[in-house]
Amino acid sequence: MPDKGPHSHIVTSFEDELAGLDQMVARMGGMAELQLARAFDALERRDPDLAEAAIRTDKAIDALEREIEDACISLIARRQPMALDLRQIMTAMRIASDLERIGDLAKNIAKRALAVSGENHPKTLMLGLRHMVELVQRELKEVLDAYASRNAARAIEIWRRDDEIDAMYNSLFRELLTYMMEDPRNIGLCTHLLFGAKNIERIGDHATNIAETVHFLVKGVKLGEDRPKGDTTSTTRFTPDEV
Amino acid sequence: MVDMSVKDLSESAAVAEPAKPKITARKTCVFYGEKQALFDVDVDIPGNGITAFIGPSGCGKSTFLRCINRMNDTIAIARVTGEIKVDGVDVYDRALDVVELRARVGMVFQKPNPFPKSIFDNIAYGPRIHGLVKTKAEAEEIVVKSLQRAGLFEEVKDRLAEPGTGLSGGQQQRLCIARAIATSPEVLLMDEPCSALDPIATARIEELMDELRQNLTIIIVTHSMQQAARVSQRTAFFHLGRLIEEGPTTGIFTNPKNQRTQDYITGRYG
Repeated sequence: MPDKGPHSHIVTSFEDELAGLDQMVARMGGMAELQLARAFDALERRDPDLAEAAIRTDKAIDALEREIEDACISLIARRQPMALDLRQIMTAMRIASDLERIGDLAKNIAKRALAVSGENHPKTLMLGLRHMVELVQRELKEVLDAYASRNAARAIEIWRRDDEIDAMYNSLFRELLTYMMEDPRNIGLCTHLLFGAKNIERIGDHATNIAETVHFLVKGVKLGEDRPKGDTTSTTRFTPDEV
Repeated sequence: MVDMSVKDLSESAAVAEPAKPKITARKTCVFYGEKQALFDVDVDIPGNGITAFIGPSGCGKSTFLRCINRMNDTIAIARVTGEIKVDGVDVYDRALDVVELRARVGMVFQKPNPFPKSIFDNIAYGPRIHGLVKTKAEAEEIVVKSLQRAGLFEEVKDRLAEPGTGLSGGQQQRLCIARAIATSPEVLLMDEPCSALDPIATARIEELMDELRQNLTIIIVTHSMQQAARVSQRTAFFHLGRLIEEGPTTGIFTNPKNQRTQDYITGRYG
């Protein structure tokens, strides 16, 4: 019999299957990170080949989500998991679903990269977007680390920090409006960038979902209080005086 | 709409809380000769519902169960200290009539053990010796009612005079439950009642327990955690003669507070 830790399962194959589930989620997280990096680089560098590559990655992410779901259903049916094991299986499914959505949003950014690949990007605008995507990338990386290390305290920290991204999005929103008002020829590009920024902001929201899920996995209770929501663009007015 | 339903739920929970426990144990210890098998068990068991006792073999769960109707009295070297009360009455009071106690606190065992008598007499026996029935008609009424409550009447109504031992295992166990409830007990102790039964017979017993719990306090000792999770409203986990954790079943099986509980119910090395 292999050497096992004090709290490992008596049935080795169950232990192995749960570990395998963790690895699949980690792999899926890595793919989502890579896809986001490629999609944004494609947008920044106006590189259609990279955009196509990012779009292709989405299929593999979707397939992995289905694989994780199948593994979870099979584990529930065959092992009748309880307590921490049950939570691990439920959270793997939820995180996979958030990662799949992140993949979709990254794909959308890549599609916009294709749409604007011929246009000239104002440097300052791209700097703002770059800063925002870096925040989201850090958030995503840290939340995946918190999952891998089962660190609920880290997860809460990340969860509270998402309003930074919302604030960045608000200021970008105003900036893009200003460009559009300055010169109507910017409208096409700026609209795509605006949606791109919105996609990045949504990816941040999914990362905070994952943080909530990690907290539930470790502590067994749901985060009660509402996370501070900082996206105010849905109520921002479109008059030149106010922008 | 949503706010309303949330409010209603919290209100009903607040109303349901202060129910008086049916059974209370304080510092209950059991010794078999020199060896202590149960250590300082403190627990309140609410009325009308199912409480499951789980834990590895030799953890004391059956020993504790057998204290509640003084079945440990039948073991010469067993000694019980501490306090157990049913409806506030001390079970170990010297003045208490044990036979009367066991009519109020019935028991069903792992192996179905019908008397070598007819199906009818198996059930009528208890009410007769306790003087609950005087005429044949009264006995008949109790036999039919008990068999109906145990969900066995339709299957045996044409052969009540045949021996109880001729029934299938699952039917025998339901006969034993019918026999136990014939004296109208308030508490039913079940010591692994399904471990000798197939899954269908087990499901029938579980369905029966679910009906009986409306006006009966049931305590079940089971090795099947899935069974405890399915049938009970509260679960108590025993380990090495101590009560480790007790609480609502959903909480125990989704988010136990104690590491030993978690290790046991998830099948880990403790």
